[in-house]
Amino acid sequence: METAFILEKLILVVIIFTITLVIAMYSTLAERKIAGFMQDRPGPNRAGPFGILQPLCDGGKFFFKEEIIPAGSHKALFILGPILAIVTACITSAVIPWGQTLEIGGKSISLQVADINIGVLYIFGVIALGVYGVMLGGWASNNKYSLMGAVRAASQSISYEIGMGLSLIALLMITGTLSVGEIVAQQEGFLNWNIFAQPLGFLIFITCAFAECNRVPFDLPECETELVAGYHTEYSSMKLGLFMFSEYINMFVSSALMASLYFGGYNFPFMYDLGLSQNWITIIGVLVFFAKIFGFIFFFMWVRWTLPRFRYDQLMRMGWKMLIPLAIANIVLTGVFTLIKDTYF
Amino acid sequence: MTVFYLVAFLSIFFALMTIFTKNPVHSVLYLVVTFFTFTIHYVLLNAQFLAVVNFIVYMGAIMVLFLFVLMLLNLNKDTEPTKSALVKIMGVVAGMCLIVTFVGVFKSMGTADTVEGTQDIGLVSNLGKVLFDEFLLPFELSSVLLLVAMVGAVLLAKKDKEISKV
Amino acid sequence: MQSLSNRKKVIEQKPMNFWERIYLPAIAKGLSITLKHFFKKKSTVQYPEQERPYSKNFRGQHSLKRDELGRERCTACGLCALSCPAEAITMIAEERKKGEEHLYREEKYAAVYEINMLRCIFCGLCEEACPKEAIYLDGPHVTAEYLRKDFIYGKDKLLEPKFDITKLNQD
Repeated sequence: METAFILEKLILVVIIFTITLVIAMYSTLAERKIAGFMQDRPGPNRAGPFGILQPLCDGGKFFFKEEIIPAGSHKALFILGPILAIVTACITSAVIPWGQTLEIGGKSISLQVADINIGVLYIFGVIALGVYGVMLGGWASNNKYSLMGAVRAASQSISYEIGMGLSLIALLMITGTLSVGEIVAQQEGFLNWNIFAQPLGFLIFITCAFAECNRVPFDLPECETELVAGYHTEYSSMKLGLFMFSEYINMFVSSALMASLYFGGYNFPFMYDLGLSQNWITIIGVLVFFAKIFGFIFFFMWVRWTLPRFRYDQLMRMGWKMLIPLAIANIVLTGVFTLIKDTYF
Repeated sequence: MTVFYLVAFLSIFFALMTIFTKNPVHSVLYLVVTFFTFTIHYVLLNAQFLAVVNFIVYMGAIMVLFLFVLMLLNLNKDTEPTKSALVKIMGVVAGMCLIVTFVGVFKSMGTADTVEGTQDIGLVSNLGKVLFDEFLLPFELSSVLLLVAMVGAVLLAKKDKEISKV
Repeated sequence: MQSLSNRKKVIEQKPMNFWERIYLPAIAKGLSITLKHFFKKKSTVQYPEQERPYSKNFRGQHSLKRDELGRERCTACGLCALSCPAEAITMIAEERKKGEEHLYREEKYAAVYEINMLRCIFCGLCEEACPKEAIYLDGPHVTAEYLRKDFIYGKDKLLEPKFDITKLNQD
């Protein structure tokens, strides 16, 4: 039993890991394609039909580039930086419920690696850890641009973590649980999705998610116009690739998180009214979940190619003077509504 | 039990490394690892909430701020001023005083009951009930204390400007 | 001051109202614009497979023409070199010997004819100056090279390939 359980989880981990990496890889292509389409260009289309081999070419290029470790850098931390970034990006997906349970040979297999009862907090912890990769990499490079990027990354991520946490508290007040699996299970059907209960909270959450992923318009840690390339100025070869990769994995994971916390995860309208068997519901659920994730990834890229970057003081003002008070107001509002609902209905 | 001893050894080892490294940034990083071992301790005690909060608040926020400040100051071995003999002696005396105090406290307190690893007190719901029921007053007081500290910090940061205005 | 053209516009910077300050409508507008472009027809020309049509009077690489019998038309009069504003053309003339009538149309011909493509500005004055209709700028773009000396095109590159005009008409 024990070994079977471990084997089952191991297979699931490997599958999820592979899917994560493949999606991150193809996000790079999607990014360039979407950028092209939004600028009336077709984007990369030479490597294979529609450029679908482009990520492989890019990856191969990263592997064969020269590995440069600057003479004045701190070597151990310089190498540790990208490793930390990619590891923290990858382990977040453990608590995301990718689907319901599959019935195979009389055994039900849950499509969630670990349904720990503090899943939301776990994600927060890992996200909080993620900034270390950027900070260490930036500091160890011994370059002022890298250092500025690292310092910006640190202050930005801490500032927006607060807003994110506060917006989530309002969500947790409704759901009453910290387990992501349970939160998704509660949003059965369509009208139970948390987006309808927490529109303001979702708005704050998605803004903070953009900031935590260092995506435009919050890409100040790596903004090319001021800081060359920010924290990864001195990086080359696959170490640079790992930083890039971790950014896309972060985007994928935060899309999955938003889809599961606010958009019902694997739930889809009329899922129990169609008379499908459990396995079919699960499979369609997984597909629906991935469709939602891709929708969010598209939104991430769409915003990137639309909005200009914030100035640093604007970023800080927005984080501290707009999002945090809004999130607190949202908590109060949610509390009032819950109280009214509990007493009068 | 072996896990506990391994983790305990690691936390003491990294705590010592925190003190003995010359480079302040390394020191902070060792401290981060020390906190991480504490997190493992909490997990071993089945105090999941404390573990994660320790993880988020100490490792994810406070130590990042430490690192942030150190990076801005850009301290390194060359710029660190050499301490005079008087300072060193004072440090030794202060450290000794601390050890004496600790020994005295532990002697007078006696050993506490060992915490069972199977208790569910560390889970979120139980902890919440205890905090907001039994320990409501201390909890709120400590939050007010934090608020006071925050207001004080803002006041200190703002002080110069107002003087120049007047 | 009084505006002379009466086209002066006074631009007023009003403080932003609530909707402008929360930026969300502006963001939505921007997003809708980029989405519109997302579905627009792409204006890219897939170059090596697909070429933009050239203008009829495009001036590219020079070619030295032959007459209907396949003889070189050039008589090495030097008018092209004289007319060239960039002084890109040089030539060495030689007299036609007996038995070379099938090679050169005129009694004098250019033994060496060189154009420095780095100097040439593709103005087409050589084309206009030529009394024998021997030089035309009707080729493709001049390609890139690694060495400067490779940009000096001799007769081997400039001269039109030989062709049989009778066969050309049969095809």
